[in-house]
Amino acid sequence: MSQRTVVVASRVGLHARPASIFTQAVAACGLEVTIARAGEEPMDASSILMVMALGVACGEEVVLEADGPEADRVLDELVTLLATDLDAE
Amino acid sequence: MSESTLPGAVLAGVGVGRGAVWGPVATVRPAPVAPADEPVPSDPAAAKRRVETALAEVSAELRGQADRSSGTVKEVLAATAQMADDRALRKQLFTKIDQGEPPMHALNAVVADFSAMFTAAGGYLAERVTDLVSVRDRVIARYLGLQEPGVPALTTPSIIVAADLSPADTAALDLEMVLGIVIAQGGPTGHTAIIAGQLGLPCVVRVTGATSLVNGQEIAVDAAAGTVTVAPDDSLKASMAARSAALATLSEDRSDGATSDGHPVQLLANIGTAEDAERLADAAVQGVGLFRTEVLFLGQATAPTEDTQTATYARALTALGGRKVVIRTLDAGADKPLAFVTNPDEDNPALGVRGYRLVRTAAPLMDTQLAAIGRAAAQTGGEPWVMAPMVATVEEARQFAATARAAGVATVGVMVEVPAAALRCRDILAEVDFVSLGTNDLAQYTMASDRLLGSLVDLLDPWQPAVLDLVAATAVAGVELGKPVGVCGESASDPVMALLLTGLGITSLSMSPSAVPGVRFILSRHTLAVCRQIAGVARAARTAPEARAAALALVDPEARQVLALD
Repeated sequence: MSQRTVVVASRVGLHARPASIFTQAVAACGLEVTIARAGEEPMDASSILMVMALGVACGEEVVLEADGPEADRVLDELVTLLATDLDAE
Repeated sequence: MSESTLPGAVLAGVGVGRGAVWGPVATVRPAPVAPADEPVPSDPAAAKRRVETALAEVSAELRGQADRSSGTVKEVLAATAQMADDRALRKQLFTKIDQGEPPMHALNAVVADFSAMFTAAGGYLAERVTDLVSVRDRVIARYLGLQEPGVPALTTPSIIVAADLSPADTAALDLEMVLGIVIAQGGPTGHTAIIAGQLGLPCVVRVTGATSLVNGQEIAVDAAAGTVTVAPDDSLKASMAARSAALATLSEDRSDGATSDGHPVQLLANIGTAEDAERLADAAVQGVGLFRTEVLFLGQATAPTEDTQTATYARALTALGGRKVVIRTLDAGADKPLAFVTNPDEDNPALGVRGYRLVRTAAPLMDTQLAAIGRAAAQTGGEPWVMAPMVATVEEARQFAATARAAGVATVGVMVEVPAAALRCRDILAEVDFVSLGTNDLAQYTMASDRLLGSLVDLLDPWQPAVLDLVAATAVAGVELGKPVGVCGESASDPVMALLLTGLGITSLSMSPSAVPGVRFILSRHTLAVCRQIAGVARAARTAPEARAAALALVDPEARQVLALD
């Protein structure tokens, strides 16, 4: 099990456009990835409904987890995505 | 064909405006409902495949719509398509189907859970509930083999017929193709009626039998009479055409409002946006008597910034080019909830923290808005009048006047919508420069009747003697103190009521722009003395119908005929 912690950089938080971009990236990676606030129950990171319902604000920390040989590479890519202001593009 | 849709059948409702029009019906399909007796599927795997097909079709259709759109609409549609694709949604849904729940009931339950989470989070997320619910309605329609809900694409000018129209439905209408609106529900002061009035579309609400009308069927809509006639004959069409021509002639008169003996009554327009103000640039109105600023705030996740508001108010002031503009500060709460200020836990929001009362919980909203109005006035050289809604006491009026004047507003007023303010208007008017009567809310609070409830429409009648007494008390206070008292409720657009209000001493009437020509015409056909006589006989009546009948009996016969007042 690989794990990463990252601070969400998008100014609107993990909502709207950023949530849409992030969940599409997760779905495209082909792995089961979860997202959670530290210490809370992990959610399916490919679900836009779950990710939006988490209500993560800008500057909040989230924990990503995945399993498998590709997990480290995929998580690094997702961390880069979340550390970018996806609303600024 | 049911009896109510036979040729010549007349369906009765409540009219909005004075126009008349005929054309083909275009029905707005209501959202489908999962049947209460939906069976448990004998083959859950097959049921899941059908649900999957419906979800995939809805997603594909939304994606197609997104591809044909641009900007924010494109993003919203794409995100909505993603909701239909959602894995967590499927997982929860399929678990429930496996557990033996009927599929569409399972869908309702899963969507209700997500909606509750989104609503609890508030703000932006709360507004996504609408998108999620639209996905649910489309999936139910597909699954049950029904037509998609919503507004049809119009290819020919048509009359929109619906059980009711949501704000989203109204926004989706191609107005170039809409001749008129007929709805089975709603009320004359509801959202659909107000929008139809602003657009000058003949509209009849509360029409019994409207939902049995079918696409393509020809109907005639008479807003003055409040009727819908199925398959109108040539003589009805001819009389409607003659009336439309007479109304068109009236709209050529651009003079200021006045009685036949020259007593002035300002004729003003109600608007909600800067675009509305720009549409008035060439209109024969003497200004704006009510700029409902809440439209700027509704549907937003956070309050618009001072800069955004300043730009909007400046556009409106510029469009009116020196004519009077009365800006009403934010009137949120009750039927106009805002994601960022409204407390959803109030049991009785119409009597809760709404209108000016928001200063108790969200004072910075008012400060920002007044600062923006002050800046817009300075930038444009305009002199907006500014008034606060839902003021009940002298202290509130005094406090608002002080805040507004400190922000640079020269002319400050309050709305009289609460009976307390009408009864003590002399004291309230001593604190401010003017007042404006909101007769819809005044009737709601006087008669203890929800203004959105079509079933109470008789109690909400502005001709109710108790409502007339409060309007008169307010007008008398204005006459005594020599300060302006306007009316900006829908009753100002009723020509007979306009005569009564003039007789009471009301100094301005603000209404949907399309109602101004009729009111200007009727005022020009009566002296101030007759208006006072009309006010006298109406106030002497004991019931609303008697009051209107007594007033109408004194109205000039030609005006009665041209405006279809009988």
